[in-house]
Amino acid sequence: MYVAQLTLPERRAALALACLVAGLGLTMAVLGRDDLLGTHGALVIACGVVVAIVVMRGFYAPSPSPERLSSYYDDPTRAGIVFAMIWAIVAMAVGDWVAWLLVSPDLTFDAAWSSFGRLRPVHTSGVIFGFGGNALIATSFYVVQRTSRARLPDQVSPWFVLLGFNLFCILAASGYLMGITQSKEYAEPEWYADIWLVIVWVAYFGLYLRTLARRKEPHIYVSNWYYLAFILVVAVLHIVNNLAVPVSLGHAKSYSAFAGVQDAMTEWWYGHNAVAFFLTSGFLGMMYYFMPKRAGRPIFSYRLSIISFWGITFMYMWAGSHHLHYTALPQWVQTLGMTFSLMLLVPSWASATNALLTLNGAWHKVRDDATLRFMMTAAVFYGLTTFEGSFMAIRPVNSLSHYTDWTIGHVHAGALGWVALITFGSLYSIVPSLWGKRAMYSPRLVEVHYWLAIAGTLVYVISMWNSGIVQGLMWRTYNDSGTLAYSFVDSLVAMHPYYVMRAVGGLLFLIGTVVGAYNIWRTMRTPALAEIGDFAEAPARAAPTLAAAE
Amino acid sequence: MFGFHYRLERHALRFVIAVILVAGIGGFVEIAPLFTISETVEAAPDMRLYTPLEVAGRNIYMREGCYACHSQMIRTLRDDVERYGPYSLAVESKYDHPMLWGSKRTGPDLARIGGKYSDEWQVAHLQDPRAVVPESKMPSYAFLGRTPLKTSDLGLHLKALRKVGVPYTGEMVANAPADAYGQAAPDSPYAAGVAQRYGEATQVRAFMGRQGDPTEMDALVAYLQVLGRLTDVAKAQQAQAAE
Repeated sequence: MYVAQLTLPERRAALALACLVAGLGLTMAVLGRDDLLGTHGALVIACGVVVAIVVMRGFYAPSPSPERLSSYYDDPTRAGIVFAMIWAIVAMAVGDWVAWLLVSPDLTFDAAWSSFGRLRPVHTSGVIFGFGGNALIATSFYVVQRTSRARLPDQVSPWFVLLGFNLFCILAASGYLMGITQSKEYAEPEWYADIWLVIVWVAYFGLYLRTLARRKEPHIYVSNWYYLAFILVVAVLHIVNNLAVPVSLGHAKSYSAFAGVQDAMTEWWYGHNAVAFFLTSGFLGMMYYFMPKRAGRPIFSYRLSIISFWGITFMYMWAGSHHLHYTALPQWVQTLGMTFSLMLLVPSWASATNALLTLNGAWHKVRDDATLRFMMTAAVFYGLTTFEGSFMAIRPVNSLSHYTDWTIGHVHAGALGWVALITFGSLYSIVPSLWGKRAMYSPRLVEVHYWLAIAGTLVYVISMWNSGIVQGLMWRTYNDSGTLAYSFVDSLVAMHPYYVMRAVGGLLFLIGTVVGAYNIWRTMRTPALAEIGDFAEAPARAAPTLAAAE
Repeated sequence: MFGFHYRLERHALRFVIAVILVAGIGGFVEIAPLFTISETVEAAPDMRLYTPLEVAGRNIYMREGCYACHSQMIRTLRDDVERYGPYSLAVESKYDHPMLWGSKRTGPDLARIGGKYSDEWQVAHLQDPRAVVPESKMPSYAFLGRTPLKTSDLGLHLKALRKVGVPYTGEMVANAPADAYGQAAPDSPYAAGVAQRYGEATQVRAFMGRQGDPTEMDALVAYLQVLGRLTDVAKAQQAQAAE
């Protein structure tokens, strides 16, 4: 049905691109026939062929009416939301599974693919890129059109960006299971997947700029600053950190251009700023649009937005070295990292404050509307997590927290409490209108999802705080004779109850996500408003004369 | 300032350039000097290179995601040093493309695991961790012992490593598969060349207790047994400090 919206030249272009991708896959399959690269080549061929078949089947559908040009192009956003929810369920399920593996490590069936080490990146990449990335792409298309009062410039490049990005995610996740990894945390995909992502990302950047160039608003809205920073900086980080030399063009394996201490610094410059520009900047863009929109209140302070935006953009890039305290990294870099991490609290809290003060005058809505409450709670977790992050970057605190589960707790306070909650809030606020419905299928299920998500996050984070601090303290406890009081295994035994608790917390969060996905699916499937006859025209068809969010 | 921004946010390209400049400073100031300041990486004239078998083992370590639970970076903290040995120096990972310092210790640090346990212990532990350490949370890696090691393309691996700065000689590249075989088969004619090319301290022995075509287990154990033993600089430095 999406193909019918494409014009005939666009259908041709889409078909050509799909064939090109299949051709690339064929090249990979031939060059890498003696290696796992060949398997990935086959996978790429399959993806290209599937898209080609879909385009072919709609190829001779009637041309779309020219009226489409007077409305926003939301098909890729719809598909992106569906992809995001699928990735959310898969990746969170894998995450909870690996949590149980730490409770009961014999659940690996004596196979290679099922061990913790191979599944863990499936979880991390799946939630960060699969869930988070699809949500960001989908909402950025939605937001940039409305805040610019302009339609996306064409109908092929958004699909190229969305589907190309998902191909990258599939290559990443399937590669880990087969043992294809660079072993750089959060940058595990190998050289060919990395190059592909660069191509997709350039298209994404171009699409964004072309849409902005068509805008009818003189100013670029705050959300777009954040989305732009997300696209730009992630590109820079990705390219630099993934510089590598492949063993050969027929090998999936490559060797990083950097080694040792330089590699460590580059990796954590990347790793920390993936948090900053993927998981913070992009989602702040989401928050700056959907939260005021849902609350029916303007952003509290335009100046605070400016200060926090440039503060975050400037200072985050210095903070990565706090991942390397007390290591072989020169001390001057560690100190710089710590200093900027502390200063970073100012723009972070400026954003959180700006968000929460936006709700002034709308707190009754927060009470009654779980969707808005998702976003409010996300802003609170954003504030808490950024405070915790600055705190953990202090060298002596880090000597206790580093290498322990405290870090895992911190990451999940951000990932569950901030990233996932702001995403669910945003999705719940646009899913009904995108599918031409008045409201979500079940507001009660939104409420259920909210409480499951909150309970899951709290159980998870609190268990990891406990285990992390216990672990850190046990490692450094001395007995009266001046020797270490506990062996490493002693600390491992002490972790067991917390690992059970964490896995339960994760399960609660996962159930919430499944409830959310079910609710979204039912919303999509209920008869449209127009069919019921309540509205002559569904909101999704509204013309671009719609007021922008400012 | 706000007036300036009021104008800036009306031009997409200017905004883009501003973001790149503002975001670029931090990384540049922190990373670029690490390549130019010579004190960043200590001198270690006795530093050995990973043998082809150890490179293969290191690749298995990465493939299996061992770094997700094991760090290879002993910090300059008293309890870290007393638990794991002299703190890690930058030079010790100077040939590590990429580094495997890790970020989490679900299991213990492995920076100086080499020589701490016997080969038999390592093999038994990898095959069934809980047979050796009942409380362990580690998965079983028994399949490594059943999987023959692919050695035919190790020369290409060394070549790629040479491109990124590891000083492998042409002779090392040419003999990579034979050296991988010889290191785990001390009685074979290929064994002598390994010590000759990679130094007398190279550990040439049957890691799994049997000679012949090496398995992935041989490679991984060879790698684990060399961790922390490519140079003696860290130990020498600690001994010097103690005096």
